[in-house]
Amino acid sequence: MTGRLLALGLALVFVASYAAAQVGADKRRSGYQDMGEALQKMQDDDTANPGMLYVQLGGQLWKRAVGAADKSCADCHDAAPASMKGVAARYPAIPTGGDRPVDLEGRINLCRTENQKAEPLPPENRDLLALSAYVAHQSRDLRIAPPYDPRLDAFRREGAEIYRRRQGQLNLSCAICHDDNAGKKLAGIVIPEAHPTGYPIYRLEWQALGSLKRRLRNCLVGIRADAWPLDAPEYTALELYLMERAKGMKLETPAVRP
Amino acid sequence: MSNILVNAPKTARRGDVVEIKALIMHPMETGFRPGPNGRIIPRNIIERFTATWNGADIFAMDMSPAIAANPFVSFFAEAKESGTVVLRWTGDEGFAAEQRVDIAVE
Amino acid sequence: MDRRLFLAGTAAIIVLPLGPAAATPDAMTEAIKKVIGNATPTEGRVKLEVPPLVENGSTVPLNVSVESPMTDSDHVKAIHVFNEKNPQPNVFSARLGPRSGKAVVGTRIKLGDSQRIVAIAETSDGRFWSAGADVIVTLAACLEESP
Repeated sequence: MTGRLLALGLALVFVASYAAAQVGADKRRSGYQDMGEALQKMQDDDTANPGMLYVQLGGQLWKRAVGAADKSCADCHDAAPASMKGVAARYPAIPTGGDRPVDLEGRINLCRTENQKAEPLPPENRDLLALSAYVAHQSRDLRIAPPYDPRLDAFRREGAEIYRRRQGQLNLSCAICHDDNAGKKLAGIVIPEAHPTGYPIYRLEWQALGSLKRRLRNCLVGIRADAWPLDAPEYTALELYLMERAKGMKLETPAVRP
Repeated sequence: MSNILVNAPKTARRGDVVEIKALIMHPMETGFRPGPNGRIIPRNIIERFTATWNGADIFAMDMSPAIAANPFVSFFAEAKESGTVVLRWTGDEGFAAEQRVDIAVE
Repeated sequence: MDRRLFLAGTAAIIVLPLGPAAATPDAMTEAIKKVIGNATPTEGRVKLEVPPLVENGSTVPLNVSVESPMTDSDHVKAIHVFNEKNPQPNVFSARLGPRSGKAVVGTRIKLGDSQRIVAIAETSDGRFWSAGADVIVTLAACLEESP
């Protein structure tokens, strides 16, 4: 009896410490944690976070009929808080009938061209970012959950390869800054771990909302590399890899970043 | 249509001093920045923000190009009677926006 | 091309856009004079809150509060904020009154560079009060090229 109790007790201790180790093991940091208190407060307050203006706009656009089909997003998807919950946490994904992954903005444009019979919105267009922010906001506080889809493996591998590839006149890879030197300072700014937890983000430098693609282009310019064309598949591959790398972290959309 | 977010209490006790926070979507283009073609982008800012409570002036702010894009303003007002707070933004290129908030005072 | 001439030309290109438009400590003094005339502001009663070190100068939270009972006979009429180095010295001028209850104003400002900020409050007795703060703007390493 005593032996059994002891064994049970030991098992409990083991389970508890294993769980603690699991929690403790996740040392990944969102860029949020590297910001000063003033900026964290700005992100946390929904009436102070400028990204919320775009979420509000996205909510208005969600209900607006557009295109030759004269349909709104809501006509097909009803209320976004229910239908879009969790969607951003699993993008990029391969659309039904497709063979290549698309990011959230790409998915919205597919809806426009295929279902609404409207023109796709250009990259970094305000309305596209607003819709994307509105959709992604429905997943705020949910954990990033990339889909299990073997067809994505090759694209993720490509993304991982790009992440480690040295590029540009500075001959740097993403990994050199964001893995090897994350947490250290570059020109007074903490180098973040590059987890895409809050896109589209309100970046103070931009004084506007912007996509992950825009942020990746920033990095390419920063290392003096040629930025890929805006429709290049490299961005989606890199995003797939980054989302896999940030799996289980919480979405914050719309995040505020310096 | 302007995108505006206002944070104000729905109710207050008479004599309470309440905080009102307002955020509006606007580029606040300074008029000092060159555009992609190298030419200066013309100034386009909100010049003035005003707030009234049942028509009485409670707050006003003259803004300059040094106010950040998507201007945020917070200020206080004494809750004297139930009514409508009207927030107004006016500026370059005929910009005008208004947001009304009702506050019940007990 | 003569190298010296070339260098002179480059320098002119770099300096010119900043030249006539840039605010300076003198320009700030002038701007303050326009608002308060020949009065001398007294340091005190004004609290200017702005982070001493900001990660990006594009959107800097700023809060000004003034000690005042905010009654009909004794209140803050206006709060003005100035800066030294932005293209213009004026940041904002806010009008308040007894109805404000509290003389506190918050907003977000742009700072092109590290510099001194000055807040001046005008009270109903016609006096001026001031506070200053220095802000260091750390520039990001990987700034986006002009879009």
